[in-house]
Amino acid sequence: MSWFPRDQWYVAAYGSEIAHDLFTRTVCGEPILFWRTRDGSVTAMPDRCVHRRFPLSQPPSRLVDDQVVCGYHGFTYDSGGKCVAVPGQARIPRTARLLPYPVVEQDSFVWVFIGDPANADASRIPRAPWLVDPGYTTVCGMEPLGARYGLLVDNLLDLSHETYLHGGYIGTPEVASTPINTSVDEDAGVISVSRRMDDAECPPFYSKSTGLQGRIARWQDIEYMPPCLYTLHSRIAPVGSVPRADGTDPDAFHVEVVYAITPETETSTHDFWAVARDFALGDEEVSAFLAESNRTVVLQDVEALNVLEKVIAAEPEGFQELSINIDTGGLAARRVLGRLCEKS
Amino acid sequence: MKTTTGRRVFRIHWVPGTDRLHATCHCAAEREFEDPVELWEWLLAHPEGHTP
Repeated sequence: MSWFPRDQWYVAAYGSEIAHDLFTRTVCGEPILFWRTRDGSVTAMPDRCVHRRFPLSQPPSRLVDDQVVCGYHGFTYDSGGKCVAVPGQARIPRTARLLPYPVVEQDSFVWVFIGDPANADASRIPRAPWLVDPGYTTVCGMEPLGARYGLLVDNLLDLSHETYLHGGYIGTPEVASTPINTSVDEDAGVISVSRRMDDAECPPFYSKSTGLQGRIARWQDIEYMPPCLYTLHSRIAPVGSVPRADGTDPDAFHVEVVYAITPETETSTHDFWAVARDFALGDEEVSAFLAESNRTVVLQDVEALNVLEKVIAAEPEGFQELSINIDTGGLAARRVLGRLCEKS
Repeated sequence: MKTTTGRRVFRIHWVPGTDRLHATCHCAAEREFEDPVELWEWLLAHPEGHTP
């Protein structure tokens, strides 16, 4: 059994991170080299020269047009991973080749497929369309997490922790005290957790960005598409307001919170986060506030989970935990991830 | 929120005003629990012990 689900798509980067320059990131234990070619597409291949394993992202390795030249002995590869030059001889060994990763740029993310490339079906990549929708303004970031990815999944599937870990930011008493409804769609591969607070305190995160004062209706509808993509549909509205029968919801503010949870190693994770809103479009002040506030909240999680990782790593495997009602969604996620790992 | 369209959907409803969880299997079997771990064991045992 693999420690992570294989034959799956993972977010490796934001598209904005990859220019016509060498870029590396480790995904599921595999160091991957990226660059954006002259025609604008993103390449992905192992970040190791086949010769003596020197990292191709490591200077003096360099990019020359659309070929990467190994900084150790000069092995040269094209954007498809084919070796086109080796030092001192004309014959290029048949095995001198880097197997490219299937890569798709979509919804502002660069997705790579970790597994057998023959199984890479791009139609299976879950969507986060708000991140590139002109009807939304998005702020985003990525924080390195020194903890196994499962701890971040646990964290995000149970938002009752907002009341305690994020009090004064996004947590209010009602989050922890409001019951949740959970569903698992086995066929669609979606875990949903819904918490509807109809009369709640408005945390500063929303009062300062929306201008709403006093108590609010606050809905949190999570959809987790294992293993990588997590979305939180957040609805903030005056108390008593509900969406209209035709589906429009003019009195409410909507925030789509998106996380990509990408394992780096067994005990570290790339924590991609994005916040897309359908109000104050293009307002730089609101963007700066939401970016700073959300990053603060993410870093509160990172700090807590980094500590938790150390605690768990020091304990015997299978140490007894206690689960209660708030953990229903997290337990479902663990089960689905466990099943995907068993198949790997 | 996106409507789930798959055929096999497990639903767990927190019974208002209580600490109990109401589980419904995709086969329509239903049962209440106080412990989510026991709840998942029952749901995943489908069809064992599931009488609609």
